[in-house]
Amino acid sequence: MNPGWLFNRWSLFAAAVLVLAASLQGDYYFSLLNFIGIHALLVVGLNLLMGYGGQISLGHAAFFGLGAYTSAILTATYGVNPWLALVAGLLLSGSTAFLLGVPALKLRGYYLAMATLGFGIIVYIVLNEAQALTGGPSGLAGIPSLALGPVLLNTPRRLYLFIWTTLGVVLALSANLVDSRLGRALRALHDSEAAAQSLAVDTFALKLKVFIWSALYASLAGSLYAHTLNFIAPSSFTFMFSIKLVTMVLLGGMASIWGSLLGAGVLTVLPELLTAFHDYEVVIFGAILMAVMIFLPRGLIRGLLDLWEFRRYKREGGSIPV
Amino acid sequence: MEDVSLSVRPGAIQAIIGPNGAGKTTLFHLVTGFLTPQAGRIVFAGQEIQGRPPHAIAALGIARTFQLVQLFDHMTVLENAMVGRHRLSRAGLLSGALRFPWTRTEEKAIREEALEALEFVGLADRAQQPAAALPLGLKRLLEIARGYASRPTLLLLDEPASGLDAGETDRLREMILALREQGITVLLVEHDMALTMEVAEEIAVLNYGRLIAEGPPRAIQKHPEVIAAYLGTDWQA
Amino acid sequence: MVTFVPLLQYLVSGLTNGAIYALIALGFGIIYNATTIINFAQGEMVALGALCAISCYHLEPSLPLAFLVGTGLVTVVGLAFERAALRPVKDPNPLTLIIITVGGGVFLKGVAMLLWGKEAYPLASFSGNVPLHLGPATIMPQNLWVMGLTGALVLALEAFFRLTLVGKAMRACAYNPRAARLVGIPAARMVQFSFGLSSALGAAAGILIAPLTLGVYDMGTMLGLKGFSAAIMGGLGSLLGGVLGGLVLGVAEALASGFISSGYRDAVAFLILLLVLFLRPQGLLGGRK
Repeated sequence: MNPGWLFNRWSLFAAAVLVLAASLQGDYYFSLLNFIGIHALLVVGLNLLMGYGGQISLGHAAFFGLGAYTSAILTATYGVNPWLALVAGLLLSGSTAFLLGVPALKLRGYYLAMATLGFGIIVYIVLNEAQALTGGPSGLAGIPSLALGPVLLNTPRRLYLFIWTTLGVVLALSANLVDSRLGRALRALHDSEAAAQSLAVDTFALKLKVFIWSALYASLAGSLYAHTLNFIAPSSFTFMFSIKLVTMVLLGGMASIWGSLLGAGVLTVLPELLTAFHDYEVVIFGAILMAVMIFLPRGLIRGLLDLWEFRRYKREGGSIPV
Repeated sequence: MEDVSLSVRPGAIQAIIGPNGAGKTTLFHLVTGFLTPQAGRIVFAGQEIQGRPPHAIAALGIARTFQLVQLFDHMTVLENAMVGRHRLSRAGLLSGALRFPWTRTEEKAIREEALEALEFVGLADRAQQPAAALPLGLKRLLEIARGYASRPTLLLLDEPASGLDAGETDRLREMILALREQGITVLLVEHDMALTMEVAEEIAVLNYGRLIAEGPPRAIQKHPEVIAAYLGTDWQA
Repeated sequence: MVTFVPLLQYLVSGLTNGAIYALIALGFGIIYNATTIINFAQGEMVALGALCAISCYHLEPSLPLAFLVGTGLVTVVGLAFERAALRPVKDPNPLTLIIITVGGGVFLKGVAMLLWGKEAYPLASFSGNVPLHLGPATIMPQNLWVMGLTGALVLALEAFFRLTLVGKAMRACAYNPRAARLVGIPAARMVQFSFGLSSALGAAAGILIAPLTLGVYDMGTMLGLKGFSAAIMGGLGSLLGGVLGGLVLGVAEALASGFISSGYRDAVAFLILLLVLFLRPQGLLGGRK
């Protein structure tokens, strides 16, 4: 991926964002896009962890919730500046991820999955029970909007521009990361941990860093979520939501930055488009998870791309043009 | 492994041979930190390294290949070699994401050095191919290139000739000799006796986890215990 | 101040729930021993068992029949799941398998929701609702059924694994799969059997607890995850560990809920899970990793 190509992708992205901002009528579409954007933030982080790092988090909703509630509580209850609150959320999520990751990543195989599973549910229960702090099941209202200087981000369209700019920056950072020294080390680790270690890659430290990094993305998404809806409730941060995030990663393709956007988009929009879908939502998510993992374990889009690339490689007599 | 005492002369090509299950790969795992010895010391460049994790030992300048080739299948040939530069580069998570100028310079250097390593083994023209698509002989060369890219002081080759045909073995032999030209100490585990006798200056023979002979190739060839180990005690010299 | 009366009551409810967790934990353990897979769909077998039994009872009010039908149907579901979702997997690494079983669990829950809706259904208690009194504590007959039948099932399992050929074959597969295959034990059959047996145990757990907690489409998720915690706590390879883990969890939950706060009741299981993972990942009685 050389800089020229990269530049094109980002300008296309920026152009698309601006075009939509100008042409879409009605708050509904912008709200929908805001949710897609927030979900995409979550999914990109999770994808770095799952697709590149080869680990799985079954509790990412917890970091989403930690970010959201830190922002919400600090701004609504204590009147703290929203940007400071956002940073506080990042610090909380990051350190929690550190504390969780250090013991969990020392062990092999399933253990991070199990630890994040347990952690996710504990956070959900605490959010429900610590009513004095979090407002309990009925949630926390009165969250102020973000402000960029004099401009208050209190309309869907303004939020859309802000969220998607943030998303664009995050996507760029993530794409950079994948192509960097540690990104390579991460992909190497995924393919052969022993070989990576034999090349001086500290695999434990790397896994931990990626886990924390993905928790930070989730926390950022949570804070944005709180300031978008101006209201949050524990029902948004369930185990089922963590599963949905994993499904989005798989749909878009593991180890694919842009696939994350696709996965988030499709699985956010689909329930909206098909209102009858709601009853079948659970079944369909489960079916997608199973089908994709059985037949295209690298994710739907990535799996199809791989098949296409492999066929093209074979057709060209075994040499790929530089 | 029991009672194995071995020293490797810097700049030499040394081989470790022995029947299957003699403990040769175990020795490699011990040296590179994948296994920890219950007793004894492993000293490298004046430091004791036993018990340290593999990545820390690799960072000191010991590289290795594996008996069953462990390439990074989802990466290209060039990217595999670039991972070899890991210990000689610094960019971290933040610098990787933000792409500072110094990071970009380092990336370019990594790419160039990796290409050089590929040229050394003769794989530069396949730089953009997926590593998984290479035939076995070239995969082994890529593993060597990857290790070479890390500018090791000591390179451990674990049965590099396994599964190679005559032409590929010739290429491998040239490669090993070229490594010595570069000043790299090579420790070789091999079953291919012809190759071993040709390249090795010193040979150590293991059997059932014990060291049974040590010396230059010609002496080893005539050593009665070695012959017995390979062919059984009934064989007449 | 800790008084005797509530303590005994908590023990009763704790042991009841604990018995259910134990059955579910056993389900996890059996599949893990045969395949080293953690079957996150186990919880759904509990829910499906309860709901199938309830529907069957609705058609024909015979508890033994309902029990048989519930267990039988869910066993078939478990076998089908293994056949359709796990056997075709080409690259069985932990990440893939976890996601498949999680997906399977979600899928089955969705199916349950479509078939039975979101309502809670009652199931008749096995022997009526006249409470018994053990000292100052009140015990429902169903509590005794749960504890008693669980005990019986555990003993039956012990006997099965120690005395029957199939049981011994399964244990052989767990200890040394390669050697087992060499002596002609068909690994694929063992895997199928383990899924069938685990599903049956899960279903039994669901049917036992349904008279006390009602049958709902989503009752399996929490129960499954808690059963999983119990299995980890006891040690994943050890069946006795699973039983112990289940009972300890049940009692710990009841005590925490009674003496500290009932809202955090569910958190106990997961706190224990985290503690075990971080301090003693092989569990109390675990040996195999």
